[in-house]
Amino acid sequence: MKMKKLVTTSFVALSVFALAACGTSNEESSGDSDAKRVGVLQIVQHGSLDAAYEGFKEGLAEGGYKEGENLVIDYQNAQNNQDNLKSMSEKLVKDKSDLLLGIATPAAQSLANETQDIPIVVTAVTDLAEAKLVDSNEKPGRNVTGTTDMVPDISKQTDLLLSIIDNPKTIGIMYNAGEANSKIQASLAKEALEKAGVEVKELTANTTNDVQQVTTSLAKDVDGIYIPTDNTFASAATVVGEVAKETKTPIVAASIEQVEAGGLATYGIDYESLGKQTGLMAAKILDGDATPSTTPVEYANELKLVVNEEMAEALGIDPASIKAPE
Amino acid sequence: MDILILVQSATSQGVVWALLAIGVFITFRILDIADLTAEGSFPLGAGIAAISITSGYSPWIATLLGFFGGVLAGLVSGLLHTKLKIPALLAGIITMTGLYSVTSRVMQAPNIALLGEKTVFSWFQSLGLNKINATIIVGTLIAALVILLLFLFFRTETGLAIRATGDNIDMSEANGINTDNMKMIGYMISNGCIALSGALIAQNNGFADLNSGVGTIVIGLASIIIAEVLFRNQPLLFRLITIVVGAIIYRFILAIVFELNVEPADSKIASAIVLVLCLSLPQIRGKLGLNKSKGGVKK
Repeated sequence: MKMKKLVTTSFVALSVFALAACGTSNEESSGDSDAKRVGVLQIVQHGSLDAAYEGFKEGLAEGGYKEGENLVIDYQNAQNNQDNLKSMSEKLVKDKSDLLLGIATPAAQSLANETQDIPIVVTAVTDLAEAKLVDSNEKPGRNVTGTTDMVPDISKQTDLLLSIIDNPKTIGIMYNAGEANSKIQASLAKEALEKAGVEVKELTANTTNDVQQVTTSLAKDVDGIYIPTDNTFASAATVVGEVAKETKTPIVAASIEQVEAGGLATYGIDYESLGKQTGLMAAKILDGDATPSTTPVEYANELKLVVNEEMAEALGIDPASIKAPE
Repeated sequence: MDILILVQSATSQGVVWALLAIGVFITFRILDIADLTAEGSFPLGAGIAAISITSGYSPWIATLLGFFGGVLAGLVSGLLHTKLKIPALLAGIITMTGLYSVTSRVMQAPNIALLGEKTVFSWFQSLGLNKINATIIVGTLIAALVILLLFLFFRTETGLAIRATGDNIDMSEANGINTDNMKMIGYMISNGCIALSGALIAQNNGFADLNSGVGTIVIGLASIIIAEVLFRNQPLLFRLITIVVGAIIYRFILAIVFELNVEPADSKIASAIVLVLCLSLPQIRGKLGLNKSKGGVKK
């Protein structure tokens, strides 16, 4: 008797789901008709990505779209659980967004997988073509375009590092080999450094928990360290900084946020201004003046020299002596 | 009727995540082992499938290769646990850690994009179905096939021996069952299912990512527990089916949380609270005297 009841319950439950699954296709979600809806999907909370999002909103505002006036933003953050990305992308597409923003590679891919119609802009993605978001950086060809956080010329950063050190012999590179963005940049940096005639030692950390050991272990063997834009090392920037002070190791990191938290200097990407650039692209698309398929991917048009003066003092370096490379 | 779209979306994802939950169920409930290999075998399956597809293999072969990758991962954990006598929890963590490098090597990159590639879902899409419905159909078919095969398998002599090993290891040994081998087979099937889930989800998401294993064990366990709270003391076949329902409900709960637009920093606590509410529902009903049947979750 009890068995029978349970079987019935489960069948009812299953069939409700099955029915629901077959029953719907295109329902309108009601909303404000004048305001544009922008859906944002970000992979994880951290300084650079948050700055990119803030910049994006500034860019949109400059382009005439202000939150609360003629713009509704639906912001989703996957908190580094990639299994959330799919549900969140589906939600943003379902809610009839006029434009989507993907922050960092997996978030961007997840959105691109969900819709071929809604315009998507992305930022904090290093290689859009490699991630199959666009056909090519010059002619995206699909519904995706955006900004790359690849430094237009990575040797500007490695040159900066080399210019700080007297007679550099060995330079270390640290990154998380699990991040597509970092891996590309690390190999470019290695190339540039070897071209400049120094030996390169690489060490990688998979999680922020390993960062301290990796930094300590690398710092003792090298004259200076380069860190590409990397979520793991960006999240643990202060740990890196503490080790660097102890071991007196000059560190050049690709992102400004990381240098401010625990590096010596950078000539790098300001994620806020990169996000702003992305926001301006988005505003043009919302205006109908541009379409992603014909809008080339943009590189950061502003690189900034940032010197962490407190770190310079701790390392015994005169901050004024650090100059942007030619 | 927004809710129907949510249910539909949750169903499409639930059926593919269910394979992971079924994998976890085999070690966690049938063998009574807490195996954390899942967080490594899941991205391994995804990675193998993705690299196979981009190398030109048929998506079905790629998915199958992903499955076998998981079987091998399970074998490693099984050997560590049974032959080297490493406690199960540690054995799983060790394999999971090592698999990170293995998967990285297999994929040759931390992220492989599958946008525009042929997947196991694309054939149904080419018949004119939208992506969600294609996923529901393919996912349900594969889940049904896996459940059927597992059901038949657990009725064979080996299958029964595996179940006996999980129920009472001393008694099983006394009856001449090689419990080490049974555990090993369990580990292999379990992680095969988990990797299969990874392979399907990568194709559904449009990319495989080295870091996609984070948190997967929670998804598996949550699906199992939800199923057990809702449907108690079921025979094996129904338990496997209820896990699919559990996985769907879990995805549905998450979708609701996302729908509420909670602050990003609070989204995890929100998911946790909703889960607690669902899981404690039978207790609350019991306190109110609405529940006639007694007894907790079957271990």
